[in-house]
Amino acid sequence: MASRTFRIWRGEQGADGQFAEYTTDITEGMVVLDAVHQIQAESAGDLAVRWNCKAGKCGSCSAEVNGNPRLMCMTRMSDLPEDRPVTIEPMRTFPLLKDLVTDVSWNFEVKKRIKKFKPRAPDAADGTWRMDQRDVDRVQEFRKCIECFLCQDVCHVLRDSHKHDEFVGPRFFVHAAALEMHPLDTEDRLEELKEAQGVGYCNITKCCTKVCPEHITITDNAIIPLKERVVDRFYDPVRNLFRIVTGR
Amino acid sequence: MQVAEHDVLVIGAGGAGLRAAIEASAAGVSVGLVTKSLLGKAHTVMAEGGIAAALANVDGRDDWRTHFADTMRGGQYVNNPTMAELHAREAPDRVRELEAWGAVFDRTNDQKILQRNFGGHKYPRLAHVGDRTGLEMIRTLQDHGIHLGIDVHMEWTVTRLISDGGRVVGAFGYDREKGRFQVFRAAAVVLATGGIGRAYRVTSNSWEYTGDGHALAYEAGAELIDMEYVQFHPTGMVWPPSVRGILVTEGVRGEGGVLRNSEGNRFMFDDIPDLYTGSTAADAEEGWRYTQGDKEARRPPELLTRDHVARCIVREIKEGRGSPHGGVFLDIAWIKEKLKDSEAHIRRKLPSMYHQFKELAGIDITSEAMEVGPTTHYVMGGVKVDGETQMSRVPGLFAAGECAGGLHGANRLGGNSLSDLLVFGKRAGEHAAKYAGANPRSAASGAENEQVEAATRDALAPLERQDGGGDGVGSYAIQSELQDLMQAKVGIVRSQAELESGLADVLALKERSRNVSVAGNRAYNPGWHTALDLPNLLLVSEAVARTAALRKESRGAHFREDHTAKDEHWGKTTLVVRKGADGEMEIEEEAVTPPREELQQIIEENR
Amino acid sequence: MPTVAGALPEQQGFGVTRRRDNWWVVPAATFAVLSGFIVYSTWAAFQNAHYEFGNYLSPMYSPVLFGDSHHAWFGGKPSIWPAFLPWSPALLILWAPAGFRLTCYYYRGSYYKAFWASPVNCTVGKPWRTYRGENSLPLILQNVHRYFLYLAVAFIGILSWDAWMAMWFVDPATGTEQFGVGVGTLVLTTNVILLGGYTFGCHSFRHLAGGFLNRISGKPARQCAYSCSSWLNVRHMKFAWTSLFWVAFSDVYVRLCSMGIWTDYRIL
Repeated sequence: MASRTFRIWRGEQGADGQFAEYTTDITEGMVVLDAVHQIQAESAGDLAVRWNCKAGKCGSCSAEVNGNPRLMCMTRMSDLPEDRPVTIEPMRTFPLLKDLVTDVSWNFEVKKRIKKFKPRAPDAADGTWRMDQRDVDRVQEFRKCIECFLCQDVCHVLRDSHKHDEFVGPRFFVHAAALEMHPLDTEDRLEELKEAQGVGYCNITKCCTKVCPEHITITDNAIIPLKERVVDRFYDPVRNLFRIVTGR
Repeated sequence: MQVAEHDVLVIGAGGAGLRAAIEASAAGVSVGLVTKSLLGKAHTVMAEGGIAAALANVDGRDDWRTHFADTMRGGQYVNNPTMAELHAREAPDRVRELEAWGAVFDRTNDQKILQRNFGGHKYPRLAHVGDRTGLEMIRTLQDHGIHLGIDVHMEWTVTRLISDGGRVVGAFGYDREKGRFQVFRAAAVVLATGGIGRAYRVTSNSWEYTGDGHALAYEAGAELIDMEYVQFHPTGMVWPPSVRGILVTEGVRGEGGVLRNSEGNRFMFDDIPDLYTGSTAADAEEGWRYTQGDKEARRPPELLTRDHVARCIVREIKEGRGSPHGGVFLDIAWIKEKLKDSEAHIRRKLPSMYHQFKELAGIDITSEAMEVGPTTHYVMGGVKVDGETQMSRVPGLFAAGECAGGLHGANRLGGNSLSDLLVFGKRAGEHAAKYAGANPRSAASGAENEQVEAATRDALAPLERQDGGGDGVGSYAIQSELQDLMQAKVGIVRSQAELESGLADVLALKERSRNVSVAGNRAYNPGWHTALDLPNLLLVSEAVARTAALRKESRGAHFREDHTAKDEHWGKTTLVVRKGADGEMEIEEEAVTPPREELQQIIEENR
Repeated sequence: MPTVAGALPEQQGFGVTRRRDNWWVVPAATFAVLSGFIVYSTWAAFQNAHYEFGNYLSPMYSPVLFGDSHHAWFGGKPSIWPAFLPWSPALLILWAPAGFRLTCYYYRGSYYKAFWASPVNCTVGKPWRTYRGENSLPLILQNVHRYFLYLAVAFIGILSWDAWMAMWFVDPATGTEQFGVGVGTLVLTTNVILLGGYTFGCHSFRHLAGGFLNRISGKPARQCAYSCSSWLNVRHMKFAWTSLFWVAFSDVYVRLCSMGIWTDYRIL
């Protein structure tokens, strides 16, 4: 058993925030969230932290550990350098509520603005559809998303440039891609993606892909294909001509 | 005091709550949805295996009758037969509906929804998406629901139901962000709060699972049934200590994973219960063929019901044949003897299990065996409701999902939970909307004011004791003690002496918890939240301990080492828990409703 | 978004971060390698000499549309070329592959970091206050990428022909062409393979090959094209760098052989 020191952000709306230092014992296999819970039980009962499943499936315990956006429940203590205290901070892209908890409600508002799934007429008389596994593979990757919003946190367009009003962020490009590429969907979201949702703001840093705990290839499989579809519609005169001529 | 007004108030935003909210909203009434967490984080996301529904896409012999009979057999015939019937009949439509709302299930070769084998199900029946079916389900419901105009109150916790003239008229709660209080006035309330797993030390459940719905209903005058039946999932992680209890899906065994003890024995072959001897594989080879879709083969003993598998694992550990960290071995890597591309196959079929072990335990399940042991997973018991409408005996109060009782009897089959949420979530929403239409909500009343005052006082007490000096009992400490005692004395293997001692401990803790004090203020204060969850946890723990001590037989998930056999009297008896006139917990024996003749016949045909 | 009291101080400004790893290594390396390539290729393009050696032609000069070479398609330097401009056959064609790489999704992500610090790496502060991204001029022009792709595909054809020609050596004794393989043949063949891997794994190519469809089952040719392109796309970064290096190396090889510094060994 070894003792480790943590620097955890303590702050609350309407008061100055600061780092507080805590020391707690670390046993084999512990993750950062375990350490935070232990600190809570030992010395900081009101330390605010959001969590649910503690198994990397719900995406609640997002924070920045040593400057990297991570799920605390999936960050093993043994993977963090031992020479310095472990810093734990809340996500920076969203307003702080308290300590490690941020107000992520913006994300839920954004999702409402993306047009919902609209399937084609059922394929069979019993009201069901036929889909090939090969066609759903691509969409299933996007649907692995656990909405931890780490991609939103790391994206500089939101984090540093605060384009929250013009740009929906990686999470919702993944969401839009899952709908746009759904074999049954008939809705058209390209105009909004280009205009209101600002897919053009993405400059392909791939930071979202790097932090995704579900290993979704956000940039290459969701955002860039959406950019290409936007190009099809708005920036490719030849293809447009082709579409007008062939009706496809 | 802030007031929110809705025709139907749904408490809990997991699968059942969301489905109820969607249905009520579609019926045209205004709907409020209260959730302790953020939307889409509920425990439903943890469900891995699939949704049981007799779609008959993979095996054409399947139909609702077989599903019904499987559910009854799994529940040891103490289930509510009406619920078991409706569940089996309606589950396929509920699954197809998800597809219409955008869910993307794994596909069969003929492009239909793929179904997999699971414990206790005669045919491959679980519609699934790899091993993250719960996530798919909750996201589909969430994404469908947000466009329906449902008012979602995120990170609000209800601590009390408000009643007036014997009927439920609303709820009182606080928000996590600032600790503000609010009254939710409603004509009908649907409880969909899930289970009670946090009463135990080793559990697959998240912090939210504190028996809120059970306690709210109990305090409002509703009855709880089957509280002695707590399901311990046979396979939870056991190492490292910090992840102990995290679920390892039954899908691992469905895909061919086998259980072995430290001697390398497949011990599940050693003890096969009478009800299942005819349907269990004779040898390892037949079991393997079953998992690979051979319709002639019978299921391997690893896929027997959860209660039985959990007990066999406990036996192996107790008798000294366990794994190094106090579990047994679950091995899927062995299938490399059978499949040439086994590593990729495992990663494709069980992606989140692969990552879970890789990242949390440093184990590669494609080449090494996992260590697993039982973990508290589900409570079969819950609010006693009408099988068709899901209304409790309190007018206007409905319950659906895990916090409702009756469907699963003494033991739930894997996959029947997600279908339960959908089928009865829908029914609860539908009937709550109907009820709200016929019984409009009332304006503020004296009764409401009185209850709100009391609730406010109760909620603030732990914070005020801090100032008043109290004796400073911490909320975390009480919760932790409760978890240890429930695990040790009211766990998988039970005895009269331990249960009685456990009950005494629970009651003593209840006494001490009256002095809980917490530090800090009302803003996002987990210590305070834990203090407010404690009464609920203590109440359900008391109910489990009391009913378990009364039921002197072993049935399903309830196993008594001092009464190992089933008992005819108890086989016809349900234990009903309610709050007595004196405020103390009262338990009554009630006769199990026998299935009507047609259903009885189906049961006999499938014995 | 309103800033709230109690919130963390903003990480504004170049290099401001809480990260402790060597986050600057990758952008610095990208800066160095890309700058090096630009300097070399610009220098090489203006040389108008030593771009061919026997049957070998430097990929930086291929195709030779006009020029004093037996590889030239349309004869010598065009008479309308203004006298005040330096002349080199490479200047007529190099804009196409350069444009392809400049507008490539992978390179965009890389050089925005390494050259623009926008941002220099993930969760590292930006020096810029304003940000317009690829939403407006000039970067909205990046959407022209697929047209450069069409040209790049044509270049793959031409360079393949060059690689083929690099297998036919003129026998000095008889004056007839003979099949053979020299080290240069391998260099030029490798070059076209790497460039092919880069070009056919391009995000735009992947989109046009099948990515634009939501249903690809039942279309075996499309399915094959899409999955091959996807395979390459996963390795797009690797192909981007190896092919970049190899183009420069191929030019160096031909140049040094032509200058008589290196000797081209015949293997067959």
